[in-house]
Amino acid sequence: MRYEKPTTLEAATALLASAGTDARVLAGGTDLLVQIRARVLSPTVVVDIKGIEETRRITKDAGGYRIGSAVTGAELKEHPTLSKDWPGLIEAANLIGSTQVQGRASLGGNLCNGSPAADSVPGLIAAGAKAVIAGPSGQRELAVEDIMLAPRKLALTKGELIVAFKIAAKAPHSSDAYLRFIPRTEMDIAVVGCGVALTLDGSGTCTAARVSLGAVAARPLLVEDAAKALIGTKVDEPALVKLEAAARAACKPIDDKRGTIEFRIDIAGVLARRTALIALERARKA
Amino acid sequence: MAKHHVTTTVNGDSVEYLCESEQTLLDCLRDELELTGVKEGCSSGDCGACSVLLDGRLVCSCLVLGVEAEGRSIDTVEGMAQGEELHPLQRKFLEHAALQCGICTPGVLVAAKALLAKNPDPTETQVRYWLAGNLCRCTGYDKIVRAVMDAASEMRGA
Repeated sequence: MRYEKPTTLEAATALLASAGTDARVLAGGTDLLVQIRARVLSPTVVVDIKGIEETRRITKDAGGYRIGSAVTGAELKEHPTLSKDWPGLIEAANLIGSTQVQGRASLGGNLCNGSPAADSVPGLIAAGAKAVIAGPSGQRELAVEDIMLAPRKLALTKGELIVAFKIAAKAPHSSDAYLRFIPRTEMDIAVVGCGVALTLDGSGTCTAARVSLGAVAARPLLVEDAAKALIGTKVDEPALVKLEAAARAACKPIDDKRGTIEFRIDIAGVLARRTALIALERARKA
Repeated sequence: MAKHHVTTTVNGDSVEYLCESEQTLLDCLRDELELTGVKEGCSSGDCGACSVLLDGRLVCSCLVLGVEAEGRSIDTVEGMAQGEELHPLQRKFLEHAALQCGICTPGVLVAAKALLAKNPDPTETQVRYWLAGNLCRCTGYDKIVRAVMDAASEMRGA
C-alpha cells in the first residue's frame, strides 16, 4: 500500500484516476482503516485528502455554507454558527461514534463509506446539501441524495472525490432536526434515521420541507411525498398522519439483527412525526 | 517500498521514526517509540484503549496512520505525570480505585484530560457521554466517573 498526501485537487484526482478502483480516499479513516485492517479492502494507494485546504475548512457567505468534506465532527460542533443554523445536520454528524471518532470522522467519509445507515446523510439530504465533486475533467455538483446508489456504490466516477458540501443560508422561520432509533443511548448504528428540514411563513404555514430517511432502503432516501404532506399545512395532526403514511410507504428495508422489516417501516413513521415536530418547534423560534 | 521518515512531537519532545504506510500511529508509538502506555484493545475504534491527543484532539491512535503524524503534536499518558508527581487525574484514579486490570486506564486518563481541558466543570452526564468511547470491563465505570469528577473539582480549586 502506498500513502500519498497531495496538496492540490489536480494532484489528488490524477492519483485517483491513475490507480482506478485500487485507490481509496482517506479523510478521517474511521471506516477506511478498519476495513483495511479487516482485509475487506486492500487498496494499492491511499490518497489522504487532508492536505488539500478546501477539504478542511468551513466558509460562510451570503449564499450559505461550504463545508470541507474532511472537516471533522468535532470541528462542525465547535463552529460558531453552524449548530444554530443547521442544528439537525450537526446533531446527525455528532451521533457518529465516540468522542474519539468525532475527532476524525467527516461528512465526506460518512457519505462515501456507502452505508445506507450513515447518520449524517439524511441530515445532509434534508438540508438540501449539494456535494462539490472534483475529477480529472473539472468540478461538478450533485445533490447528496443522488450520490449513493446502493450499499458501497456511489455515483462518483474514476478519479473523482468530494471536496465540500454546499448548504444554503438558513431562511427565516426555518430549521431542521434529525432523530434515529437505536436500541441503546450511544454509539450504535441506526435502525432507522430521519432528517426533516422545514420553512414556515409569517402565519406558521409550512412553505417548504424536505424529509429524508436512512437505513430503510438500499440508499438514504429523499421522500418527496412526505414533504408534500407538510407543505401548505400548519404541521397539524392531519398533516402528521399523512407524513407518517408517506414515510412508511417509502421504506424498502431489509430484515437484519438490528430490526425487522415490519419494525423499521413502523418506526420510520414514528420518527418522521417526532423529527418534524422538533424541526417545527425550532422553526417557530428561529 | 521505502519506509516513511516521520518527524513529529510526542509529549513535547521532537522524535523521529520510520514506518510502513500500513502501520497505525498506535503501532508506531508502541513498536517504534516504545511508548507502551498506549494500549491495543480492539483496533477498530470501539474501545478507546489507544486514545491519544493529536494536535490536542482526542483520537483513537489505531484509526490514524503513523505517517499522518508528520509535523503534528501527540500527547500520550506518558506525558501526564511531571517527573515523580502524578497528574491529579492519575492520583484520583488511585485514591478512588478507579482501575483493576489497568488496560483501559491510559486511554481513559488521556480522554479525561482532554475533557477537563475543554470543560473544567463537567456534569456527571457529560463525563459519562465523553468517556462513552472508553470501554472498561472491570470497574463498572462508577469509580472512574467519581475519580474524574473529584480530579476536576481539585483542579478547579487549585
